Amino acid sequence: MATTHTRSHARLMMAPSVLLLFLWMIVPLAMTIYFSFLRYNLLMPGMEEYTGFLNYQFFLTDPAFFTALGNTLLLTGGVLLITVIGGILLALLLDQPIFGQGIVRILVIAPFFVMPTVSALVWKNMFFNPVNGIFAWLFKLFGAQPLDWLAQIPLLSIIFIVAWQWLPFSTLILLTALQSLDEEQKEAAEMDGAGFLSRFIYIVLPHMARAITVVILIQTIFLLSVFAEILVTTNGGPGIQTTNLTYLVYAQALLQFDIGGASAGGIVAVILANIVAFFLMRMIGKNLEG
Amino acid sequence: MGSITLENVSKVFGEAVIIPKLDLEINEGEFVVFVGPSGCGKSTLLRLIAGLEDVSGGRIVIDGTDATELPPAKRRLAMVFQSYALYPHMSVRKNIAFPLKMAGASQAEIDKKVSEAARVLNLTDYLERKPRQLSGGQRQRVAIGRAIVRQPSAFLFDEPLSNLDAALRVNMRLEISELHQQLKTTMIYVTHDQVEAMTMADKIVVLNRGNIEQVGSPLELYRNPRNLFVAGFIGSPKMNLITGPTAEGYGATTIGVRPEHVVLSQTEGDWKGTVTVAEHLGSDTFLHVDVPGIGLLNARIGGEMPLRHGDTVYLTPQRDRVHRFNAEGMAIKA
Repeated sequence: MATTHTRSHARLMMAPSVLLLFLWMIVPLAMTIYFSFLRYNLLMPGMEEYTGFLNYQFFLTDPAFFTALGNTLLLTGGVLLITVIGGILLALLLDQPIFGQGIVRILVIAPFFVMPTVSALVWKNMFFNPVNGIFAWLFKLFGAQPLDWLAQIPLLSIIFIVAWQWLPFSTLILLTALQSLDEEQKEAAEMDGAGFLSRFIYIVLPHMARAITVVILIQTIFLLSVFAEILVTTNGGPGIQTTNLTYLVYAQALLQFDIGGASAGGIVAVILANIVAFFLMRMIGKNLEG
Repeated sequence: MGSITLENVSKVFGEAVIIPKLDLEINEGEFVVFVGPSGCGKSTLLRLIAGLEDVSGGRIVIDGTDATELPPAKRRLAMVFQSYALYPHMSVRKNIAFPLKMAGASQAEIDKKVSEAARVLNLTDYLERKPRQLSGGQRQRVAIGRAIVRQPSAFLFDEPLSNLDAALRVNMRLEISELHQQLKTTMIYVTHDQVEAMTMADKIVVLNRGNIEQVGSPLELYRNPRNLFVAGFIGSPKMNLITGPTAEGYGATTIGVRPEHVVLSQTEGDWKGTVTVAEHLGSDTFLHVDVPGIGLLNARIGGEMPLRHGDTVYLTPQRDRVHRFNAEGMAIKA
């Protein structure tokens, strides 16, 4: 029985953990906001002074900023597209009764266990390398000029690497959603005269809508901050072709030693992430109801 | 339209034989009930007819054409599932319209048929709701609505009432019977509940371990059960089955007496026993009587009967309603 009495007790009991979580969030945020208003360069220690919005002005007018913003959105969108569509197709395949189903499923999940730096290195050296890579070998097999992936189509290459990492995640979630579909519903649709495609469009896809929403939401959170793959493969280059916001902030802070500018960039990134989250929730949030 | 013939149909899952060879004739317009204990293969048989399972052998003929290899959609049958299998993200209207949409019907035709079905099933006020906003009985009716818009040659019902509460079940039983009177379409109905079978069927098919034990009208099965299984399965409360010297006295290995065919007396009779439990329902009184040398017998007495635990009573079977069975469990013809 939740009486007023027990409820106020419950609030009191929960207060310490809520307070801890609040501090966990607010202290770094407050520090970052504080730094973002300082002229704070690691090469000039002890010279910090208040500069107002100069750091923000500097960061937002940096020509690299809009490129980085575009790269961030392209990277996130591209990976989402590949993983959701690929995940649905893979889930449909894995749902079929096949020999060695258990092993196949473990193999599919495996990329998710590989650390980002490691998988990026593996892709860079074993797949994308224009001399020794397996793609180069394949191109040469057909007599074509090998493609220097990370130099010629750097952003797309990084999208492939990240998509490869996240495909298992979406496949797994979508597969469980697919398996929770009532067998009788599929049979009813079959008796109602729905062919494979109609059953997929009218029965399976609406059933998976919620799982797809979850995949998009969770992946967006992580994809907005892809970093390791870029650092290991291209260092944001060639030029700034693969620099996303995360990498731009990193470059500001630890390559140019400008903590103030980087903090301003960090705050801008937080605001942008919230805008993306807002539209995302509005667009697909209704799928999570009911 | 609506005759179904099974010839030598069998179904095997790996090593397990679910249905050995089986023949069955279902005539046009009949209400046929498959009844049997769980695991007797009645649902499998229905799914074989529907085409949701492939037969391992034999032929299924629907309306004179061989349908053994036809996919479910081409058999012109409609099925109502135990879980109703409504599409949760579609409104009632879209659920009912789905088979028409799949068949490529025009929007005008769909609208006409859906509102017609909704009217018959009292669903007009609920057309825009989602299935989760409906009660069990309403969901049931939507499932039936989805089946009737296709105007199939036969309806298949797979234990459609088992998810409803007792009162609603009685209602839906009546509604389905009325629907059959209106539509005059062949219906095949699967249930484990012999009361549903007795009340609804034109023809009952009693199944046990994939075999057809007996086919007949409800009263035929009640009056002349062909063997011990049917005798024990049809009728509620269950028939009393008596073995030993008492049965030999009747020239049989086992005799069966229905509880309602026992005459009760407090002064004299064939079997003397003690009442262990008396259930007073008002309209009937069910007595459980322990008779030494025979065992526990059930008796059903019409009306009220002031008997209690420990009372001594005498039971006498009505001679002409004693069923006799031989050592193989088959009925001995009088």
